[in-house]
Amino acid sequence: MPAQQTRTTTAPPLRAHPPRVSAERARRFGSWYYAEHALKVMNGYRWTLIAYSVGNPVMYLFAMGVGLATLVDRNSPDAFGGVSYLAFIAPALLSSATIMTAATEFTFPVMDGFKWRRVYYGPHASPLAVHQIVNGYIIAITLRLLLMTAIYFGIVAAFGASPSPWGWVAVPVAVLCGLSFGLPLMAYAASIKEEKGQFALVMRFVVTPLFLFSGTFFPLDTLPIGLQWIGWISPLWHGTELGRLLTYGYQEPVWLVVIHVVYLIVLAILGWRMARKIYEKRLGA
Amino acid sequence: MSGPLTIEDYQVEVQDRPFSALYARNARAVISRGLMATKSSNWMVMVSGFFEPVLYLISMGVGLGALVGNVFGPNGQEISYAAYIAPALLAVSAMNGAVYDSTWNVFFKMNFAKLYQGMLYTSLGPLDVAIGEIFLALLRGAMYATGFTAVMGMMGLITTPWALLMIPASVLIAFGFASFGMGITSFMKTFQQMDWINFVMLPMFLFSATFYPLSVYPEPIQWFIQALPLWHGVELLRQISIGVFTAATAIHIVYYLVMILVGMVLTTTRLRKLFLK
Amino acid sequence: MPNQTNDNYVISAHNLTKKYGDFTAVNDISFDVPAGESFGLLGPNGAGKSTTMKMIGGVSQRTSGDLTIMGLDPEEHGPEVRAHLGVVPQQDNLDEELKVRDNLLVYGRYFGLPMSYLKPKADELLEFAQLTDKAKSKVDSLSGGMKRRLTIARSLINEPKILLLDEPTTGLDPQARHILWDRLFRLKESGVTLILTTHYMDEAEQLCDRLVVVDKGQIMAEGSPSTLIREHSTREVLELRFGSERNTTVAADLQGIGERLEPLPDRVLIYTHDGEAALEQVTARGLHPITSLVRRSSLEDVFLRLTGRSLID
Repeated sequence: MPAQQTRTTTAPPLRAHPPRVSAERARRFGSWYYAEHALKVMNGYRWTLIAYSVGNPVMYLFAMGVGLATLVDRNSPDAFGGVSYLAFIAPALLSSATIMTAATEFTFPVMDGFKWRRVYYGPHASPLAVHQIVNGYIIAITLRLLLMTAIYFGIVAAFGASPSPWGWVAVPVAVLCGLSFGLPLMAYAASIKEEKGQFALVMRFVVTPLFLFSGTFFPLDTLPIGLQWIGWISPLWHGTELGRLLTYGYQEPVWLVVIHVVYLIVLAILGWRMARKIYEKRLGA
Repeated sequence: MSGPLTIEDYQVEVQDRPFSALYARNARAVISRGLMATKSSNWMVMVSGFFEPVLYLISMGVGLGALVGNVFGPNGQEISYAAYIAPALLAVSAMNGAVYDSTWNVFFKMNFAKLYQGMLYTSLGPLDVAIGEIFLALLRGAMYATGFTAVMGMMGLITTPWALLMIPASVLIAFGFASFGMGITSFMKTFQQMDWINFVMLPMFLFSATFYPLSVYPEPIQWFIQALPLWHGVELLRQISIGVFTAATAIHIVYYLVMILVGMVLTTTRLRKLFLK
Repeated sequence: MPNQTNDNYVISAHNLTKKYGDFTAVNDISFDVPAGESFGLLGPNGAGKSTTMKMIGGVSQRTSGDLTIMGLDPEEHGPEVRAHLGVVPQQDNLDEELKVRDNLLVYGRYFGLPMSYLKPKADELLEFAQLTDKAKSKVDSLSGGMKRRLTIARSLINEPKILLLDEPTTGLDPQARHILWDRLFRLKESGVTLILTTHYMDEAEQLCDRLVVVDKGQIMAEGSPSTLIREHSTREVLELRFGSERNTTVAADLQGIGERLEPLPDRVLIYTHDGEAALEQVTARGLHPITSLVRRSSLEDVFLRLTGRSLID
């Protein structure tokens, strides 16, 4: 038999604040409440995240920036405008990491929210509005990307691969790069009714080609012209070019720099608006 | 059913052969289930697995190859960078496929789809399930290897008929990883633990002389890499790809034979832990 | 060679124990089941019923004790023992990647059965489970009740002599439950031994010839449903509700009415041979419950009596 609930007489009775206050607060801080929820979930596997955030850059920088560099620097010492191969690929690896992370965080968890464990439906029944769920999740992932990229940049700097004093600006740029790819993907993921391997296809036919053909490991113009278009539409290429500009003063005409920035921002905003629309339609249905 | 059961119907025949508690000699039922499930699954996903190493080959071989130029092959002669990394990418693909199928796939079917739970309530034993799943993984690996070898041929990277032996050799590599992977999965309890598998795979992929020769490392690191299975796979396929066979070839093959043997012993002894709790 | 069983017991468990680390799921239980009997394990969630079922099926290793199924140890002869079993696990574990009929065919292959047998058998079982028109559907499009029926149909593909049913009707609506009970009753009539766990007393009363009441891994009582009720309860029960604050306090004023008094947080139970007479005594004492109900004793009362807790928590 359950014990009778007892409360000492000195403690004031427990009372929730009035519904009016709940509604008011939800209206003002709802996105942050949902972000808190998402971050709490992430906290459950924080050691994996930290190990990944440290291990991934160290391994890639050693393998590509040191090991592979011995072949590249010996054979083509002047291919990268006077910097080492390590300095050339470091900003590319930085942006690739945010794209890869965005590619997982904006796919499976979205399906989890709508279908598998239906995590969106709990907050949806609370005073939170649908767009706050979208915003909150984006806030949480942005923070995660920011932390990861900051660690990554620290390691890049320790390798001496970011000689410019403006190098640290590459951190927010890489995060923007991740969002410009991740938010349209979030909208797509939310539009999927049944996951039949679409995410695996996105990984293999979108993420991997972007990683390999966006001027990541070699300048884009090394590729035959028929393959260069992949770079032009790829947020990774635009993000990487900006990163190079910031970390080692890569020469780029001003108009192209503007295009890089505008392209990334436009993609992110479009994706965000579309995601909001699709979420509202799906959760409201 | 013909008439009510009598006590005679409750008599049981007992077979006394080794492993009879674990193995019902019916792995083919597991295999045919796997093939049937493949039919109804998204075949694009299946096909896409073949593209991954091909994309790497085009990007690294063509794009990066233009910067790297020629490198020294296993017998000291100069070969193109694409010809150098192609067999390595095939070995990596064999490893990735086999590890995925024997770890994540098994873990998911065990803990989430509850597929094995149903299988093991039949007259199947856990060894039937293990053999069936490994066979399916190898079948898929053989198909990918055949496709990749064909792409190498089309790119002009094959210069000897010996190169066809890369197909069975990659099945050997896959078998080594799959037999081990399943044993290791038996120790895993959560998704977080499964993530650690990737932490082992990534450095193996990056450091096993896949993209550049071992000679860039200081000697102690060279020794370490040479102890890892992927390096033997990469070197084996690299030798086969140009038809150069040395005493090292035998060492690579023996390495995998031992790995398969140890892996199967590990998996078999862990079967009860893996499937019967 | 055929294995001679000295007695007619198809399942014998003696001092069966299963521990997971420090936790003892099944604690030294013993029971025997003769051929053709319908035998139940009744108890709340976590009592150790499912663990016992898994040990019988040879998919869970016991910590100590003896267990034989048709004279064989399921751990040493897993495949042979399970060849005679049909199993309906607590949670449906259908193959979601396959269609409905293919689920039956593929499952039959696990017993090494030929397609010439399986194809007509699968159709017969789909009929039995009233799923014929769903044969080509995907499993995930089925309702909960349909999935349950398919799982039961699947368990019959090898014409098992012993059917293990773990909570067969949990989560089903009343109509679906009655259909299932009917199907199970027919199997019982054909001589199949049924072993079922349940925490529904009506299910146990409907289907079981004999049952054991289990709690915290131990057997509390054993017998047919009617014997258990006779031995551990009275013919009728009077249920009174006085409102959540008063049930326990009013119990003192009810002393002496009926044979036994059981104050619960939400109601007071009075065990008696004549419920109506007891109710008259209550009102005669000037007590006026908000609601009152006279009913026959059930296994729920037996459980409450034996463990001091109710069956469904």
